[in-house]
Formats: sequence, C-alpha cells, structure tokens
Amino acid sequence: MSAYREFIVFLKRRKTFLLGLILFSICLVLGFLISLFAPYDPRRWFTTPIGRPPSLNYLLGTTALGQDVFWLLAWSLRNSFIIGVLGSSVGLIIGIVVGSLAGYRGGLFDRIAMMVTDTFLVIPNIMILILIASVLKGQLSIPLLGILIGLLTWSMPIRNVRSMILSLREREFTQIALFSNMSTISILFKEYLPHIFPWVSSAFINRMIMSMGMEITLAIFGLSSMDEATLGTMLHWALKFQALFTGLWWWILTPIIFSIALFISLYILSIGLSEYLNPRARLR
Amino acid sequence: MIGVKAYIASRLIVFFIVVYIGVTLCFILPRLSPINPVETVLSRYLAYLDYQDPTEVEYLRNTLMEIYGLKGSLLEQYIGFWKRIVVGDFGPSLILFPTPVSKLIGDSIPWTVGLLSTCTLFSWLTTNIIGGFAGYFSNRRWAKAFSVFAITVHPIPYYIMALVLVFLFSYLIPIFPMGGGISMGVKLSLSFEVIVDILYHSILPALSLIIVSYGGEFITMRALTINTKTEDYVQFAESLGIPKRRIVLKYVIRNCLLPRVTGLAISLGGIFTGALAMEVIFTYPGLGMLLYNAVLNGDYNLIMGICIYSILGIAFAALLLDLLYPLVDPRIRYR
Repeated sequence: MSAYREFIVFLKRRKTFLLGLILFSICLVLGFLISLFAPYDPRRWFTTPIGRPPSLNYLLGTTALGQDVFWLLAWSLRNSFIIGVLGSSVGLIIGIVVGSLAGYRGGLFDRIAMMVTDTFLVIPNIMILILIASVLKGQLSIPLLGILIGLLTWSMPIRNVRSMILSLREREFTQIALFSNMSTISILFKEYLPHIFPWVSSAFINRMIMSMGMEITLAIFGLSSMDEATLGTMLHWALKFQALFTGLWWWILTPIIFSIALFISLYILSIGLSEYLNPRARLR
Repeated sequence: MIGVKAYIASRLIVFFIVVYIGVTLCFILPRLSPINPVETVLSRYLAYLDYQDPTEVEYLRNTLMEIYGLKGSLLEQYIGFWKRIVVGDFGPSLILFPTPVSKLIGDSIPWTVGLLSTCTLFSWLTTNIIGGFAGYFSNRRWAKAFSVFAITVHPIPYYIMALVLVFLFSYLIPIFPMGGGISMGVKLSLSFEVIVDILYHSILPALSLIIVSYGGEFITMRALTINTKTEDYVQFAESLGIPKRRIVLKYVIRNCLLPRVTGLAISLGGIFTGALAMEVIFTYPGLGMLLYNAVLNGDYNLIMGICIYSILGIAFAALLLDLLYPLVDPRIRYR
C-alpha cells in the first residue's frame, strides 16, 4: 500500500509524468481495446466512400483508398506497439545476456564481444535492415519485423550493461556471493539484475521508441509489411497518394499526431520511471 | 607520441573490421534470398518479346549473371565483389539500364552530404555552447525553457518533424516549397540565383534536421555540464573570482567536449539514416530519394550500392572523428 501511495505522491508532484501516462493510456486503449470493435478489416480498400472529411459516421474521415482512418489508426497503433515491444525486448535480452557475461567474465570473450559490438555500433543498422527487407519484400509479418529489428539493435545495450556490470563486479557483495559458492548465472540474475533494473526499464521504453521509429523509416521507403496497418504504412500510403496535395489532411495528420503523442509520452515515461526507480534522483 | 600512434592504429583496425563486416553482410544477405535478380530482369525483358530463341535467352542470362557478379562459385563471386568495390563499380542500374549505379549515387551524394554535414556540425557546435550555459545556470528560467523544448522535440524522428514542417509551412502557410531540391527547369550551375534557389529549397529539410538533433544534443550536453560543474577545478575557478562566462567556455565546455566527440561518432549512423527518410518526405534529390526510387522499382543493384556506399561513408566519417580526438584530448598525446 505504501508503494502505491508513494507512486500517487510522485504523480502529483510530476505533472508532466501524469500527462505522459494519460497520452500513453489513450494510445494503448485505442490500440488494444477499441481496435477489437472494428466493424470490418480496416486494411481492406474501398470499404467506405473515398476521401470523406471527419464526420460522425467516420470520426477521422476516410482515405483516398476507401479506408476508415479511425479504425486504421487503432489497428496501426496496436501493430506499431507490437513491433516496439518485440524489437525492444529482443535487443535488450541479447544486450543483457552478452553484456553481463562480457563484463563479468572479461578476458578473450569480452574482447571479441566488444570488438564485434564496436563494429555494429558504427554500421548503420537500418541499412542492413533495408537490405534484408528489400530481399524479403512483402514477406515480413509484423512479429517477424519486430524480432528482426531487435536482432539488429543490441550493440548499445551490450555496451551499457557491460559498463554497469564492470563497476558492480568491484563491489563487496560480489566477493561474498563468490565465497558462498553462487554460480555465475545466479550471481548475474539474482545479484546484479536488481541493480540494473532501473536502467532496464527506461532503456526498454527508449528502445521501443527506436524500434517503432525504425519501422516507420522502413515503411517510408516502402519496405515494411506494406499490407498491414502500422503507423509507418499509414504515413507511406498517405504520402504516396499525396494526401496533402489532394486536400485529405486528416489522412496524413492522424498518423503524424498520434506518432508524436506516442513518442513523446513514452519518452516522458522513461524519464519519469528512471527518476522514480532511482530515489537519489527523486530527491534532487 | 607513442600514445597517439597506438591510438591511431587501434582506430584503423576497428575501421577495417567495420568495412570488412559491412561489405561481407552486403554480399551475403541478398544471396540468402529466394528471389533471383537475374530471373526478375530476364522476365521483364522477355515480356516484351514475342519470339524467344532458347539459345539467345541463355546468352542473355549469362551476360546478366556476369553484369551482376553472380557467376562462378560463391568464393569467386566474393572475390569479384571486393574487386568491384575497390574499383567503385557496382554494375548498371536496373531502372535506368545502362547508367552505372556509381554515377547515380555520385550525383545524389553531394545533396545528402552537403545538407547533412552542415546541419549536424551547426547543431553540434551551437548546442555545445547553449547546452553548456544552460547546464551551468541550470536554475535560470531561460535554461529551463530550453530544456522543456529539447525534451519535447528529442523523441520525434526527423521525418515526422519534416512532415510537421511541411504541413505548417507549405500547406497551412505556403511560404516554402513542398519539396524538391531545386525549382523545376532550373539547371544546376554556380550562378547566384541557382544557389539562392537551392538554399531556399533546403531551408525546411535543414530545419527539421536541426530542430530534432538540437533536442538530443542539448539534453546530453546539459547533463554532462551539470556533472562537470561540481568538479573541484570548477569550484576553484569560481573561488578565484574568474568571470562566469569564462569559466563556462574555457573550463566546463572544454572538458565536456571529449564525450561529445565520441557521442557524435556513434550517433552518425542514426542521423544519416533518419535524414535519408526525411529526404523522401521533401523529395529532396539526395541518396534517400534514390533509395526510395530503387526500392519502388526493385532495383536490386542500386539498393546494394547505396547500402555499401553508406556503410563505407559512415565508417570513414567515424574514423575521421576518432582521428580528430587526440586534438581535443591532450591526455592521449602525453600517455
């Protein structure tokens, strides 16, 4: 109960955090609850009249392809969200496992891992993703895309986790754990993971932003799962059919506004979470 | 001097590993695909022919295999791939058939690199100063206003910011062109009007790059400065009564520059790819637009060429920054 009350106090003091939470909840509810009530598959073309402005029948208008923007948005938020969560968790899991092993073990494994990591830090991973996606054009499903993004973005987490583990290794409790015959795995998971948890939670959110952003980048080049509804593909089709020139501003403005809201709210949440989980920063 | 030499040697090794792994990935990935580019092109050609002579088709297939470097065993192909990279020849493009890929890329690189390097350098330099002052005087009202703005724009990707700017300044208040790098029908030359025209078209793309990168750069610089200003030497300088402005410029910002140079080297890749997507939105005639057209037409050779050039370019830029590092950090020189 006290933890709950503490959180409420924190919310009252940080109004921006509350704002982020509200914006984020709206996106979440739209994506996972309201999207369930779609009367028809919003991806299909020519199910509604073409290019209608927002009205009571079509809350956010319709596209030049005869899709209802509102339902399309709900589905897009859900799919972008899935990509974000998958991309972020896959990248982070690789980062935590390899980074902590490299930092804890040291030696040759550490040196090789760091060399590879430094290399992939420089190589623009979107270029690799573009190459893969153009090879598999049209065959990427939403979960596959998320996992693929995660598989390409582990270099930063490895670096961060490694440096944290390096400093934790020098602390006294590592010695105690070693003397009490704990295995490497249980030291890493039982002793170190709680220490890096504040970082993990805010990094998770930041990497979600990055993964969703990568999907949008891919979609702008026409390389995402183009038949699915995501924030990126919504933007792509709106751009391709020149929604602004033809005056269908609601078509292009909806994904813009919602991706900005989603990105900013997630960022606010990540700052707020790291402050909340790190009591020293909270006192400041 | 030994310190510098060892440092440069280690950086060069990393550079060559980056180039090696990058190029090898670009070689392997397309070959894992079930789609054969030669058959795609071939079927495109054969669609125009009424009568198809089998020997001629076979001859055409062989020639195409040779052009795209798909002849021989995998090892031979790999060696040939490296030879092509050293010479800078990636074969012809598919859309504009006889035009070599390297010429298309060469034509669009100046647009991308010109815009990107100017904007990145500008925002990196100015945020060092603004962020430094805002971190040092972190309780002032203007510093807080800057922070709020930075936190708001930081998570927005370049291309979303680009869309916002297009909507505001080309659609609602049409003072800037919707896209393009130069007005229709204007020929590229070094006359005054043409340069003004190019600059006019690059204002919105530049703004979207600067605003977004300002966010991230400001946040890191401010955090660095806040950490640095509690250091003993800053306190000492303050108690000596050195003017605040001098302390910030000469003591605080200078010491924060080291992680900033490394940070810039790491973020180059992200800035670059973000800027490519931004170009598509402005139909700015750089590498991003070329990539968009290549994807649209399934121009496999062009996509690969762009990927390789980008990886090489970014690796080289990161190497340059790493080599400049000893100039900023004297400790490497005296190690």
